[in-house]
Amino acid sequence: MFRYIVRRLLQMILTFFGATFVVFALMFANQDDPIQALVGEKQASDSLRAALTERYHLDEGFLTQYWYYMKGLLTGDLGKSLTGRDISEMLADAWPVTIRLALLAVLIAAAIAVTTGVYAGIRRGGLFDNGTLLMTLLLLAMPIVVLAPLAQLVFAMELRWFPATTTKDATPYELLLPAIVLATTVIATQLRVTRTSVVENLRADYVRTARAKGLAPRRVTWVHVLRNSLIPVITLIGVDLGVLMSGAIVTEEVFNIPGVGFNLARGIRTEDGPLVVGFVSVLVIIFLVVNLAVDLLYAALDPRIRYE
Amino acid sequence: MSDANLITVAEAPDVSGRSRSLAGDAWADLRRNKIFWISAVLVVVILLMAFVPSLFTSADPGACALSNKHKGPSGGAIFGYDFQGCDVFARTIYGTRASIEVGILSTLMAGLLGLIFGLSAGYFGGTTDAVLSRVTDIMLGVPFLLGAVVFSGRLSGSEDDGVWAVTLTLGVLTWTSAARVMRSSVIAVKSQDYVAAGRMLGASPGRLMFRHILPNSMASFIVVLTILLGTNIAAEATLSYLGVGLKGDAVSWGLQIAEAQDYARIAAHPLIWPSVFLAATVLAFIMLGDAIRDAFDPKLR
Repeated sequence: MFRYIVRRLLQMILTFFGATFVVFALMFANQDDPIQALVGEKQASDSLRAALTERYHLDEGFLTQYWYYMKGLLTGDLGKSLTGRDISEMLADAWPVTIRLALLAVLIAAAIAVTTGVYAGIRRGGLFDNGTLLMTLLLLAMPIVVLAPLAQLVFAMELRWFPATTTKDATPYELLLPAIVLATTVIATQLRVTRTSVVENLRADYVRTARAKGLAPRRVTWVHVLRNSLIPVITLIGVDLGVLMSGAIVTEEVFNIPGVGFNLARGIRTEDGPLVVGFVSVLVIIFLVVNLAVDLLYAALDPRIRYE
Repeated sequence: MSDANLITVAEAPDVSGRSRSLAGDAWADLRRNKIFWISAVLVVVILLMAFVPSLFTSADPGACALSNKHKGPSGGAIFGYDFQGCDVFARTIYGTRASIEVGILSTLMAGLLGLIFGLSAGYFGGTTDAVLSRVTDIMLGVPFLLGAVVFSGRLSGSEDDGVWAVTLTLGVLTWTSAARVMRSSVIAVKSQDYVAAGRMLGASPGRLMFRHILPNSMASFIVVLTILLGTNIAAEATLSYLGVGLKGDAVSWGLQIAEAQDYARIAAHPLIWPSVFLAATVLAFIMLGDAIRDAFDPKLR
């Protein structure tokens, strides 16, 4: 296990520098006038140009600029948004509601995906199984830009089951509809993996043994099979986090939830370069750290993984 | 030799007289698959809408009269009018082209990058593989939409409609899955006997790569690209919705949804129709990919 952890950590460091470098390079790729890009649509005055050049070290070389960017990231200094606010502060304000939204979404997704996946796996090839497979296909094809506005239109504006937008301190009830929308972006893959994994495990020797011992079928399915089937589902947490982050940008924008995604969407619309890059960099780092944690957890749960 | 003759004789009663190839098997499977036919028909209709929109509507998507603002369906405009008084049906039909154009071009670009990376990593192995696989990992370390908003936001400062900026963004950021699939099929095919035979007969590396290995590694690669086409179309709409995709006078489903959403309380139809078309298009390509995958790899069912 120790060797595995060390190897994964080394890989992680490489990926960390690589991924932040990609974000940085994407930001600097193909821009004729970085200052104009920073300022947005209005014409930049000479004094503003000088100030921005100074603040973003634009007169330095590419690698020196990357160095300043990394230094800022590692010391938690993300600079200032074009609105003059401190980006780290904006991020700190935005976090809590986004985390609540994401947790709610993950809970909803896991509850539905696991129960449905297990039932579909037990009755493989049956009507229920084929029905859920078709449903997952439909869900996979639903872009978030279709799902979020339509859900808001139907369930909040027409049926009035949920509020259409949230207040500053969003209550769980206000977050429920957006969380369901967000959950649908990850349900399909989770469900499919659970189902496949249950189907495989049902054929395993230990299941036959458990049945032969005379254990109740319910216990065999929901304790023996389910526990082992959830291991591959755990690896999905890492991937799903990326999907959730992307989904949160649109969902929070549609439902007016003042979280990270909402701020990011605002930043994109107002062409607030420093804000977008700062937020994206932090999200990428979180994504990488969670993926590392998931990999280690997976190796702890399934010893076979450690000996590739 | 006599063994081979025996086998031929034994198989002679077969109707066709020879065993079917992998592709032949897959085609026979596909022909019986309802989902394949539904999605194939949908895809054909969508392509027609993209390339000859005038077949479906005679209205001009750019001809808008404010006096028609938010009017319901009437006469020629069967989906009604949006907040600028534009014909929703005409704009939805003409919006197909942008989605398909960006989808196809970006998927081709991602496919080319995935092919180069996957084929070289799988064929050469060793250090090349290690380096290329690391690069793929690093690209996977940036969640797609996050990379896209940074990249696309920077690219599309110019005056055009943004088709090339979005295409480039999607192509550069989505090749990883194709590369991974290509790499693993190449590794599997490389160890087949016929590749060893080709090598012993003195075939050059280039010939081995492009005559023997590549054609036999294409199946799952094409499946991944078909599904990628669907997801890239969805991604284009998302980027346009967020304001870093197509812009200006461009007619695009993502832009339509973004505009109509602000007025959803007053008029829902300009929001619903582009959403339905977008979801149906993405679904058609994903279903097609799924059906082809089932045909080529029955194990997965």
